[in-house]
Amino acid sequence: MDARWLAKIKRGVIYLILCAMLIVMVLPFAWMVLSSLKEEDEVFTYEMSWLPAKVTFSGYVRALNEQPFLRYGLNSVLVSTIITMAQLFSSVLAGYAFARLKFPGRNLVFFIYISAMMIPQQALIIPSFMLIRRFGLVDTYAGLTLPFLAGPFGAFLMRSFFLSTPTSLEEAAVLDGCSRLQVLAKVVIPLSKPALATLGLFTFMQAWNDFMWPLIITNSVNMRTLQVGLALMKTDIYPDWPMMMAATVLATLPIIGAFLLAQKQFIESLAFSAVKY
Amino acid sequence: MRAKRSNLGNEQTRTALLALLPSFVIFCVFTLYPVFHSLYLSFFNVSLISSSRSFVGWNNYAALIKNPTFQKAVLNTVIYTLGVVPVGIMLSLFAAVLLNNKLKFRGLFRTAFFTPVVTSMVAVAIVWSWMLEPNYGLINSLLSKIGIAGPGWLTDPKWALPSVILLSIWKNLGYNMVIFLAGLQDIPRDIYESADIDGATPVQKFIYITLPLLRGPLGFAAIVSVIKSMQVFGQIYVMTGGGPANSTMVIVYYLYQQAFEFYRLGYASAVAWVLFAAIFVLTLLQNRLFRAEGA
Repeated sequence: MDARWLAKIKRGVIYLILCAMLIVMVLPFAWMVLSSLKEEDEVFTYEMSWLPAKVTFSGYVRALNEQPFLRYGLNSVLVSTIITMAQLFSSVLAGYAFARLKFPGRNLVFFIYISAMMIPQQALIIPSFMLIRRFGLVDTYAGLTLPFLAGPFGAFLMRSFFLSTPTSLEEAAVLDGCSRLQVLAKVVIPLSKPALATLGLFTFMQAWNDFMWPLIITNSVNMRTLQVGLALMKTDIYPDWPMMMAATVLATLPIIGAFLLAQKQFIESLAFSAVKY
Repeated sequence: MRAKRSNLGNEQTRTALLALLPSFVIFCVFTLYPVFHSLYLSFFNVSLISSSRSFVGWNNYAALIKNPTFQKAVLNTVIYTLGVVPVGIMLSLFAAVLLNNKLKFRGLFRTAFFTPVVTSMVAVAIVWSWMLEPNYGLINSLLSKIGIAGPGWLTDPKWALPSVILLSIWKNLGYNMVIFLAGLQDIPRDIYESADIDGATPVQKFIYITLPLLRGPLGFAAIVSVIKSMQVFGQIYVMTGGGPANSTMVIVYYLYQQAFEFYRLGYASAVAWVLFAAIFVLTLLQNRLFRAEGA
C-alpha cells in the first residue's frame, strides 16, 4: 500500500515537472500566434493581455503587403527542393561507388571525404562567395544552390547504409547480366527508400533553415529566401510586432505542420542521421 | 580467368569513377578548393571591392590576436559555449530521464519539446526578441506582475549574452533529449531490476547504471553542441547584431562583419582558419576523452 502511494506521488511529481517544462517550450509559439492576431497598437499597452481584444488578421495583411513573403516562400521551396534532389542523386551514386565498387584510390578519397565533414561551413564561405561571384552567379538560384548540390555527409550516410544491407540480390542481378548502374537503379535504390527519406528530409530542413549563405549571396529583394526575408524585416526603431509575428507564423507554419504530420521521420532524420549509421 | 578478372576491374573502375563524378566535382570546387584557398587568402590583404592583393605573411593573424574586438568575440564565444552546452545537456538529460517512464501523453511531450528544433533559428530569434522586449514584451510584463522591473534584456550589455544563451538552450533541448531518450531505451531493463533487488536508490541507479551506459550519446551530444555553439550566428544577427557594446560579439559574427560589411577578405579568412583550427582541436580532444573513458 505504501509503495503504491509512493509510486503515485512520484508519477504526480514527474507530470508536474514535465508540464512546467511543456509550458516553457510551447509558450513562445503561443505568444507568437496570439500576438499575430492583435491590432498594431494593442501590443503597446502596459497592461499585458494574453488574448487579443479583437481577433484581427490585419497583421497578416500588412506582412503580405509590406514584403513579398509569397515570393520568399517560393524561393525557399525552390532552393530547398533543388538542393535535396541533387544531394540525393549525387550521394546515392557516390555512396554506391564507395560501398560496392573497387577502384584505385577508393580508401584515400573516402578518407578525405570523412575528414572534410569536420570543416565548418564558415571556413569555406569566403572562397565560395568569391567563386560564385567570379562565375557571375551572385543573386541567382544557381548561386544559392551550387555549393550544396553534393556533400561528404550524404555520401558517407549512403555508403554506411549500403554497407549494412546484404549484397546477395545485387550479385544475382549482376549474374543475370545487369550492368552496375542498372543494378543500382533497379535493385539498390528501391531497397534504400528509408535511407533516402532520412537524407532527403535532413537535407531539405538544412537548406530551408540555412541563413548565412542566402544572406550573403542575395542582393535583390526578389531573390531572398524566407529566412533572409524574415531577418531583414526586423529593422525599424518602432517595430510592428503583430505584423512581424504574423510573418513568422506564415514562415514557420509549413514546417511545424509537416513536423506534426511526420514526427517520427523528422526526429529520425534530424537527430539520428549522424549517430545511427 | 586472369584476363577476365582485370577486365571486370576496369569496368568497375570506370563505373565507379562515373558514379563518383557529380559528388566529387562539387566536393572539390566547394569544399576542398575553398578550404585551402581560404588558408592562402589569410596570408594576403584582399578586398572584396578592389582587385589588388598583397602578401602580408602572418600579419593578419598577428593583427587578429591583438584586436580587442576579436578577443571579445573569442571570450564571448567561450562564455556562450560554456553557458549553452553543460546546462543544455543537463536539462535535456533530465527531460529524457523523466520521459523514459511509462507515461500518458509521452508523445505529446516529446513533440512539444522537439518543435523548436525543426523551427528556423531566424524565426524563433524574432519571437524571442519580441518576448524579451523591455516595455511590452511577455517576460517583463510577467515579471512586473510579481513586482520585478525586468531589465532591457537585449539592450543591456549585462543581459544580452545570457538572453541569447537562454534562447539557444530552449531551441536545442529537444535535439539532445531524443538522443538521450534513444540511449536510455537501449539500456536493458534487467540491469535496473537487479539493482532494485540489491536495494539501490534511484540516485544510485542513475549514477552507477544510467550515466556510464549513456556515455556514447552523452559524448556525441557534447561534441555536436560544442561545434554548433562555436558557430553561433543567426540568433546574434537577428537579436543583437553583436551589440550592445560588443557584448554579444562572437567569432562567426565577427567573421561575417569583417568579410561582408568591411570587405576585408584576407583578414576574415584568418578568422575562419582560427575557428576551423579551434573546432578541429576540440573535436579531437572530446573524441579522445569520451573514447578513453569508454574503453
